[in-house]
Amino acid sequence: MKILYFAWLKTKTGVGAEEVTPPESVTDVASLIAWLRTRSPGHGAALADLSVVRVAVNQEFARPTDPVRPGDEVALFPPMTGG
Amino acid sequence: MIRVQQEDFDPAAEVERLVAGNRAIGGVVSFTGLVREMSDGRAIRAMTLEHYPGMTEKMLREIEAEANRRWPLEASLIVHRYGRLAAGDRIVLVVVASAHRQAAFEACAFLVDWLKTRAPFWKLEETDAGAEWVEARASDDAAAGRWLAADTKAAE
Repeated sequence: MKILYFAWLKTKTGVGAEEVTPPESVTDVASLIAWLRTRSPGHGAALADLSVVRVAVNQEFARPTDPVRPGDEVALFPPMTGG
Repeated sequence: MIRVQQEDFDPAAEVERLVAGNRAIGGVVSFTGLVREMSDGRAIRAMTLEHYPGMTEKMLREIEAEANRRWPLEASLIVHRYGRLAAGDRIVLVVVASAHRQAAFEACAFLVDWLKTRAPFWKLEETDAGAEWVEARASDDAAAGRWLAADTKAAE
């Protein structure tokens, strides 16, 4: 599974992209984030407040209950500020 | 049509190219977004726009398709820049052409409001105090949300 981080999530985790193999208990966005938090103190800090984190699975916005599967591209980023 | 690019664009030339040869067009509305020098009382020297290549193009295409579903448009264009930009630089261009002005005005406002909250772009502002990621504004969500409220009203 490919995880992408943008804006300050990239700064806090210290990585822009990483290939991960979560345990089988990770089946949806919420459980994936809970698992990613444990990867490093930086990941923990980046994913501490989920009210400021948006998620996309395979480039579509996703909710905490949406499923994730091996091979998915999951992106984590703050609310958008373009335009 | 959508484009995501690092280079600057010429708004007048883009409008001319978009409407060329289409005599059904009665009105063209365009919006050009610029890097403002002052942001919440702080002087901005420059900003860097980061984006999510792939999803950005996908979202802009979806937003454009949605505008075309809601209004009878003859042509539309979204150009969004990324990378490092200085105060006064152009960031985004939205052009909408229709037979009548109302559809063009409304669709242009809709596109700008929606791309601000749905296209994956993030601004990193550089001030004398250092670089800081811009926080999303509640007013942007409200501006994007008013188009949903209008739908609900129309359905009643």
